[in-house]
Amino acid sequence: MNILTKPWLWSCVAAALAYALILGLTSGRGAGELAYAALSFGAFAAIVGLGQMLVITLGPGNVDLSIPATMTLAATLALKAMGTDPGTAVLGLGIALAVGFGVGVANYALIYLLRLPPIIATLAASLIYQSLAIWSNRGLRIKPPEGLADFATGRFLGLPNVTWVGLLLAIVVWIALERSVWGRWLLATGQNMRVARLAGVPVELVRASTYISVSVFAALAGYLLASFSGGAALNMGAEYLLMSIAVVVIGGSSIAGGNSNVPGVWGAALFMFLVVSMLNSYGAGAGARNVLTGAIIIGIVIAASTRRART
Amino acid sequence: MSFLARHRIILPVVSLTVLLAATFYMQPRAMSYFGLNLLFNLAVPIALATIAQMMIIMVNDIDLSLGAFVSLVACVTATILNDTPALGLLILLALILSYALLGAVIHALEIPAIVVTLGMSFVWGGLALFILPSPGGASPDWLRTLMTVKPPFAPMAVVASVIIALVAHLLIIRSGIGTVLRGVGGNARSVAQAGWPVIRLKALAYGLAGLFGVLAGMALVGLTTSADANIALRYTLLSIAGVILGGGEFIGGKVSPTGAVIGALTLTLAASFLSFLRLSSDWQIGAQGAVLILVLTARLIFRQKGAEA
Repeated sequence: MNILTKPWLWSCVAAALAYALILGLTSGRGAGELAYAALSFGAFAAIVGLGQMLVITLGPGNVDLSIPATMTLAATLALKAMGTDPGTAVLGLGIALAVGFGVGVANYALIYLLRLPPIIATLAASLIYQSLAIWSNRGLRIKPPEGLADFATGRFLGLPNVTWVGLLLAIVVWIALERSVWGRWLLATGQNMRVARLAGVPVELVRASTYISVSVFAALAGYLLASFSGGAALNMGAEYLLMSIAVVVIGGSSIAGGNSNVPGVWGAALFMFLVVSMLNSYGAGAGARNVLTGAIIIGIVIAASTRRART
Repeated sequence: MSFLARHRIILPVVSLTVLLAATFYMQPRAMSYFGLNLLFNLAVPIALATIAQMMIIMVNDIDLSLGAFVSLVACVTATILNDTPALGLLILLALILSYALLGAVIHALEIPAIVVTLGMSFVWGGLALFILPSPGGASPDWLRTLMTVKPPFAPMAVVASVIIALVAHLLIIRSGIGTVLRGVGGNARSVAQAGWPVIRLKALAYGLAGLFGVLAGMALVGLTTSADANIALRYTLLSIAGVILGGGEFIGGKVSPTGAVIGALTLTLAASFLSFLRLSSDWQIGAQGAVLILVLTARLIFRQKGAEA
């Protein structure tokens, strides 16, 4: 197979192009800082994107719209439990992940027991998670413990720590998808659920574990983002709803399911950050920035689809 | 097929009735011309947006940009349409045509609607910010008059909802072209085999969605008298919920315009009802989610009865 037919290539090329365009404008100044910022902010998008990718792989109609609410709820409860006390980072992480797990179970229960379409189930449930976050937070902004904040904003071997987390997660997801039975089951379910079930794949188990994974990923991203930005805010997850879907699609995963693409998610996450920086550095206002971002997303999807059709 | 499965409209009607009865029980004074007007005040734009979303869901797609689109229309209405009506109408017409074009592109290139509309939501939102960077503008007088008219017997919102449901019903369920459009959602290939140009049908469905989206934005400005770029963002999710609440399905061209309008009314009423409950404001949003889940759970009865038969 030719390297050019790899669908993940395009998001990486686009990210590199955006990066080059910014540097062209600044004539190479700030290259390191820009890459560092892209890797930091891209990591959050990549983490939620990896989760969304798993859900979208499940097939048409599967998408998790509760990601922003899950991020907020997990971050709020974790920061509240930690209460800025030093040495509580692990406790906070545990709470965030537990929240993610609980949310995933609740989402899947609605989908499976009440047979709601996933879009509606996660949407309705996200309203409840949002209320829970509002109720527990009461508008207070609790700072993360110092050690945790240092970790979230710190670096290791030149790369931001959050990037390491995102990369590690990407590798885990890649191994799970490509090298484990679970991954094969997931792809089979996404390609044709009925056939997968008849072939003996425990379809419901696969769906349950996928919906739990996406929520756990979102909770982790929320926990890291709150530590990174100095506290949880009620709207902290808002931009990650469209972002999570966009990075999956730009990354070259099939929106129809049954085909997923781990490196593409990272490429797309970097690209989404860089394209906004690029438009900013070219002096585009908020309106023009949004219009161009939308046009670029659609352009990439069209380019990727015609590419696929030819090969 | 059992009685319930065939008459899916019963579910939205029953949900609305139960919710209305509960509201009247909580607040008997709402049982009046004025009370109903207050309860359903914002229902008209939501109902129009829900019909717009229904047009897209009818052809097996989903529109994630509708809220941004309605916001953009609201911004155009409150500024350009108010200042220079001719130019404003031209822009609104262009917006409808661009929706139709979007439908054609989505079909021709076989790209997923969910992604294209996701991208378009950025475009609409950006354009809205262009036109109206900060909240403001004013509603054209005729629009304001139209939206606040007081017809005899029933309030404006109720009368308008009935008219919307009737028009959409005639268009989608009774007319020949409506049946073909639903056929595109049911089985696009057989529609194509029967000699219909599917690409034009898809463009028509999207164009109709654009038309109802434009009407929704205009109605919204008529009610609120001003606009901002984020005024209707929640309509995306509300409209999807309304369609499903009204007995629609995401695939197969199974939609019900009457049900969709009733679904929109139910969602509007749910918000009013919850404020009557004196629920702490923390739980308002969550309770809306709970009501949504509760009503949709009732679908189970319909689904299972249908499956057994």
